Amino acid sequence: MTIALALEQLLNGLQLGVMLFLMAAGLTLIFGVMGLINLAHGSLYMVGAFACATVAAWTGSFWIGLVASLIAAAAAGAIVELVVIRKLYDRDHLDQVLATFALILMFSEGTRWLFGSFPLYLDIPPLLQGAVALPGGTEYPLYRLAIIAAGALVAFGLYMLISRTRLGMRIRAGESDREMIGALGVDIRTLYTVVFALGAALAGFAGAMVGAIQSVQVGMGEPVLILAFVVIVIGGIGSIKGALLGALLVGVTDTMGRFLLPKLMLLFVPPAQAGMIGGAIASMLIYIVMAVILAVKPRGLFPPAHA
Amino acid sequence: MLLTRENIVNLILALGLLAVPLAANALGQPFYITLATRVAILALAATGLNLALGVGGLVSFGHAAFFGIGGYVAGILAAHNFSGDPLLFGFSGTNQMWIIWIVAVAMAGLVGLAIGAISLRTSGVYFIMITLAFAQMVYYFAVSWPAYGGEDGLSILVRNQFPGVMTMVPLNYFLICYVILLAGIALFAVLRASRFGAALQAARQNEVRVATVGIQPYRIRLTGFVLSAMITGLAGALFADLNRFVSPSMLSWHMSGELIVLIILGGTGRLFGPLAGAALYVAFEYALGGLTERWQFFLGLILLLVVLFARGGLLGLLAGKAKHG
Amino acid sequence: MVEPVLQISNLVKNFGALRATDDVTIDLRPGEIHALIGPNGAGKSTLIHQICGTLRQDSGTIYFAGQDVGALTVAERARLGLGRTFQVSSIAPEFSALRNVMLAVQAKQGSSFRFFKPVMQDKGLIDTAMAMLERVGLTARARIPAAELSHGERRQLEIAMALALQSKAFLLDEPMAGMGPEGSKSLTRFLNTLRKEAPILLVEHDMDAVFALADRISVLVYGRVIATGTVEEIRRDPTVRTAYLGDHA
Repeated sequence: MTIALALEQLLNGLQLGVMLFLMAAGLTLIFGVMGLINLAHGSLYMVGAFACATVAAWTGSFWIGLVASLIAAAAAGAIVELVVIRKLYDRDHLDQVLATFALILMFSEGTRWLFGSFPLYLDIPPLLQGAVALPGGTEYPLYRLAIIAAGALVAFGLYMLISRTRLGMRIRAGESDREMIGALGVDIRTLYTVVFALGAALAGFAGAMVGAIQSVQVGMGEPVLILAFVVIVIGGIGSIKGALLGALLVGVTDTMGRFLLPKLMLLFVPPAQAGMIGGAIASMLIYIVMAVILAVKPRGLFPPAHA
Repeated sequence: MLLTRENIVNLILALGLLAVPLAANALGQPFYITLATRVAILALAATGLNLALGVGGLVSFGHAAFFGIGGYVAGILAAHNFSGDPLLFGFSGTNQMWIIWIVAVAMAGLVGLAIGAISLRTSGVYFIMITLAFAQMVYYFAVSWPAYGGEDGLSILVRNQFPGVMTMVPLNYFLICYVILLAGIALFAVLRASRFGAALQAARQNEVRVATVGIQPYRIRLTGFVLSAMITGLAGALFADLNRFVSPSMLSWHMSGELIVLIILGGTGRLFGPLAGAALYVAFEYALGGLTERWQFFLGLILLLVVLFARGGLLGLLAGKAKHG
Repeated sequence: MVEPVLQISNLVKNFGALRATDDVTIDLRPGEIHALIGPNGAGKSTLIHQICGTLRQDSGTIYFAGQDVGALTVAERARLGLGRTFQVSSIAPEFSALRNVMLAVQAKQGSSFRFFKPVMQDKGLIDTAMAMLERVGLTARARIPAAELSHGERRQLEIAMALALQSKAFLLDEPMAGMGPEGSKSLTRFLNTLRKEAPILLVEHDMDAVFALADRISVLVYGRVIATGTVEEIRRDPTVRTAYLGDHA
């Protein structure tokens, strides 16, 4: 095990982390502002990836595809919000879970209907191909570094949006007292649509970027969705700060865990079993971490101030 | 037994489930017997969840964990029995159903206790997500543990045995599952009507009130959660024997979602809601699946419409509002 | 001096910089109705929450039924005999009034882990619960779902539940709130008889009821008890008059 290898895995962990942050930020915003749990978020990730892949293949440009993914995901989000989600704000969480679960089924099968069951391919744009030399001798894909940078940029942008703009102010106000801002004359309905579409765009953006390094296929959003839930539960529902911290924690822990645990097990058991046991624990590691954190802080690291 | 509308509907459902395989058997169509067995088993699994969710108001998005644990108990015990490899303390498995059932219920209960003890310290959305996450944990463990098939799953080469019954005969196995289902429904009814059930329902309606009269909501809920896990676990063992196969898909969150869907379709908290829901679901799957490969799209659409507009489920439509007395 | 049933000593609760409960010492003696009054925001609700256990105090002690209950949960304190009603009546809305009281009876008997006998066929449970309903005058409404009960009836239901618990002390949080003049009068009459069961710590805004019922009054302002005394003493107390009473004195 060399430093170079460890560094590479750490970067992979960061990359997973920023992608998770994009998903989690949208989820936590939607929950914080609207009190809605949205299982269809993974589908919006998928929509972004499919839009990017389709438009990129059609126009030959990844970048146009990326823009298309933002538009497509935001539009899908807005439509879903207007037609379905609006009816769910006053319902209990069970109804929200069921309705958005139904949306997953419709999105997944609908996508399969349109595109078939085979994965689409999305190529890394020429500008971002190639690798960068890391200290220690190995090389790291430029594209993955770009993802990390893009994610960090989005995190910064979100921070600026929430803390410096009027929209951000309304979002923060909405998070602390939903009924009040309605009474104060803020157009709640539009605000909710905007927040939902914003969350959708973030998810679509993540899907598009990841689509170039993993295959674009139906169901790609689901594992990410589950991890995003773990992130916001760890971070505290409604907290963007918590989402960032949680996402980085989950991304790095998961990646480094899969890398290190089999090696760690070599200290205790023979090689044949070390890989197996290490791998099994590594796949459960995130959930174990989540359980431990929740046992100590049942509402996450940065719980909302009010009830 | 009062002749209420709901009881009449329940009776029709129970008899209907029995009639279909009997007719199919007479007509020489074993496929429908298998279908009916599937309905019975899913109904039992959902009955377990109904205790936690319908009665207790605990939205568990991880009940597939218990379903899958029951299934894997059946698969593992049968596999060891077949190969002769010792499992624990020299015990090398079994192919006797009733032993498998006891172990499945015990294992599901233990895991339910562990998951419930931590999860029930949270509430609301956190509870939903933490139960989901725990089930994922079990899922990934099953996928990555190669000894029992990993992602490919584990076969039960010969259906396990039950004294005095030829279990390989589809109708016989259906009858075993049917009797267990009725027993499960009866247990649900008894629990719900008892002092324990009263406390559990009250905790759903008003947790503060329950504490104020001196009952610890946490203990009541944990007990309900464990009992619910046990019933669902038993269903999992039956399911594994039906298909003679168990795989991590029994542990997936889609399965957890499916169990919740069954309850909603039939009517949350209703005694025969799970059976109604399971029957509807399997019927959709079969009828729609015959029409189009994209049947899940329509299932999603129907589910969405039910949630938005027909919240009481099938029993709500047929039997009116539930009475609580 | 008779041993108080409930003794709160030097209770402190801070919410960040806000001192919601500021070194509060009050007690509740057997047979008395002790009213707790004060302007809005004085911290009456916060104090009640700490006494019954929904909030944990920062420092100070709460003695009830001879023991320090400061670390006990709401349910544990309830089982020791602390009965409570809520400003906004807290009942199980889907259950009938009868089933609500049956729940309290079952809790008193400590028998919530019985799994087999149906409660609706449990004559002992039903009869005991009906007796409580009779005492508060709700017999005619026993089978009505609690959600359909009127505001005043829900108050009565809560008291029936507290009676079923054979409480050793009652904590009543603004029972007169939302009651019309007729309702207030009959509830006042009822509370007068209730004090014979167990002493009452009564948080109230309705001054007519307070002056009619209270043996002692404590006045809470900005988290501090500024005066404790008989009705006459409080009415004449100048600090209280300026802080609170105004026209009513």
